[in-house]
Amino acid sequence: MGFSDAVRRLGSGAGLVVQPRMGFEDPARMRAGLAATRAAAAATVGTLTVDSFTRLGDLESVRNALAEGTELNGYPIASHPAETTRAILDGLASDDFPVQVRHGSAQPQPIFQALVAAGLHASEGGPVSYCLPYGRTPLDESVRNWRAGCHELLRAQDLGAEPHLESFGGCLLGQLCPPSLLVAVSVLEAMFFHGEGIRSLSVSYAQQTNMAQDREAVHALRRLCAELLPDADCHIVVYTYMGLYPRTPGGARRLLARAVELAVDTGAERLIVKTEAEAYRIPTVEENVAALEFAGAVARSLTDRRDGAALATHLEAGPGTRATDGGEVYAEAAQLVHAVLDCDADLGRALSAAFKRGLLDVPYCLHPDNAGRTRSFIDTDGRLRWADTGDLPLPPGTAAGGRRSVTSAALMSALSYVRDAYDRPDLASEPALRLAEPDPGPPTLEGAPR
Amino acid sequence: MTGSGSLPTPHPDPADAVGPVGTAGPAEAVRRTVIVSGVASDSHTWNLIYLQMLVEELGYDVVNLGACVPDDLLVRECQARRPDLVVLSSVNGHGYQDGLRVVEKLRAIPALGETPIVIGGKLGVRGAESQERVGRLLAAGFDAVFDDRADAVVAFRGFAAVLPGRAVGGLL
Ligand code: B12
Repeated sequence: MGFSDAVRRLGSGAGLVVQPRMGFEDPARMRAGLAATRAAAAATVGTLTVDSFTRLGDLESVRNALAEGTELNGYPIASHPAETTRAILDGLASDDFPVQVRHGSAQPQPIFQALVAAGLHASEGGPVSYCLPYGRTPLDESVRNWRAGCHELLRAQDLGAEPHLESFGGCLLGQLCPPSLLVAVSVLEAMFFHGEGIRSLSVSYAQQTNMAQDREAVHALRRLCAELLPDADCHIVVYTYMGLYPRTPGGARRLLARAVELAVDTGAERLIVKTEAEAYRIPTVEENVAALEFAGAVARSLTDRRDGAALATHLEAGPGTRATDGGEVYAEAAQLVHAVLDCDADLGRALSAAFKRGLLDVPYCLHPDNAGRTRSFIDTDGRLRWADTGDLPLPPGTAAGGRRSVTSAALMSALSYVRDAYDRPDLASEPALRLAEPDPGPPTLEGAPR
Repeated sequence: MTGSGSLPTPHPDPADAVGPVGTAGPAEAVRRTVIVSGVASDSHTWNLIYLQMLVEELGYDVVNLGACVPDDLLVRECQARRPDLVVLSSVNGHGYQDGLRVVEKLRAIPALGETPIVIGGKLGVRGAESQERVGRLLAAGFDAVFDDRADAVVAFRGFAAVLPGRAVGGLL
């Protein structure tokens, strides 16, 4: 069964499938984490998040870390032998509990090889979304690597599995990117995967600064997929806020609840959660389970409301915006997508050309292949908008214009807009106390299976 | 690059980077240069943009090398530019390991023997660092370690504001 099918089946009862970001270097802890995810009281899928050294192809540093007992920020899938990964998954991964590998690499071939060898078939990323925000690999090279990577992943077919890829395009730098560009990149990457032969797909969108705008964005994503990928098996995954995360437990939970609401109201099939430890460090297994169960409970309580969602969205978005059609976000995203498709019949070359010409341009992205002529800002209504559209193919008047003078303090306040809004209720009562880092608890308990 | 009000751009390629002396007027010929850089495995950049602005606001010229900077690129850039301060930032949890490795390479270059080199951010995966690990980073060659605590930025600002001059730093 393909990953998309499995997600749909799991969600048909519970309403929303929830998934952690989880990865540990220690195989026993990784297995305990997957077991706990599976046992959590929610409809869950499992995750193997790959560490940063493996993402960069630096397997020597992985060896050193493992030898010295230095902890990694993920599971080194290309260093542990395939049998080790198989043993981690044994009896856990199945159609009822699919496991996806999440990695952030512009050179995904070794990771895809390793996951197929371990009997897996679902992963994520993309030639743009795992290149520009993830280092300095030239975009052309990333496109070549991702083509080769798709072909590696297609080998899962020989083992009777249906390869799945999710575009990470809905995240980019995690914050301060207007939603239309997130939607456009996600759809374009899904089309790239489809062109390389992957049939089971998902497209992503990361929660931003304004709920009505976020709803439009998810509807825009669905509409563009229906138009441009009519014969693909495609579902939508929402990411809980990917920028500076609230530091109080209350703030962290409120933001997660909002993301659940976004996913349920827009009919997204899957949600990636964030934990109360997000602002501080890699979460423990227990913190992940708590976030999954909390999100699952919120989803169940909202599912009844879902039927009336279309109406509610209309009312909240106000007159003039057709939110369920994707509104303003759809209009902009469609222009971006079609401008890129017009660049070249080959989508990989079109993506490279589009960035060279600034038709796609991620605000604040330091990557050498990003034009760097766009800027964004958070408007008074909380919507993310363009301050400067650079060479984006958007109509004049889209940008609010006028480059604001930017200082480190102004940048920090834009980055902290969401964090501070969600922390405020808790900070108001007991500032000093509430800002304390959550206690990770005794390390020996973390790996304990539930 | 000078502290201008607009958002910083990186100097990914030394060839197209505008050197501090090229942009400064004659009166400012002594403006001092700070290299802000990520480490080899770390792709986060908001931290780098933020630190670049902060250091520019203190009156320095900043060369921002960006994310995932391979050890040899950092060494080459430091050798070529002879900065007055090197600021490494890492938040992905591998900063301890990446930092230990690269600072030894930097200190092995005679010209960089006296250059202040600092590191900060979220250096491990368990939150605040132990005294022992901070001690090992210092012993390996860092002049200061700004672990992810509430006062890190204030402490760093104090450190950077009173850098010794070029001559004192032994860079002329
Ligand atoms: C945005 C974000 C991303 C974006 C980054 C986009 C980009 N190009 O920058 C994306 C989505 C791509 C991303 C990817 C990853 N991320 Co990330 N990310 C974040 C997030 C949500 C916000 C970071 C941010 O933008 N901060 C804004 C800047 C201005 O603040 P800052 O980075 O915190 O830096 C402050 C201080 O640390 C300090 N500081 C930093 N450096 C220095 C240096 C000096 C000298 C001084 C004095 C101070 C200092 O000053 C800054 C201002 O206060 C944080 C969690 C959070 N904080 O909410 C996680 C986080 C940093 N990411 C994390 C991880 C692990 C990753 C990944 C490895 C994926 C994964 N396993 O989950 C990959 C990175 C891959 C790689 N090769 O490195 C972890 C790190 C865990 C740890 N250290 O224990 C965090 C904490 C999330 C978590 N809890 O798991 N991420």
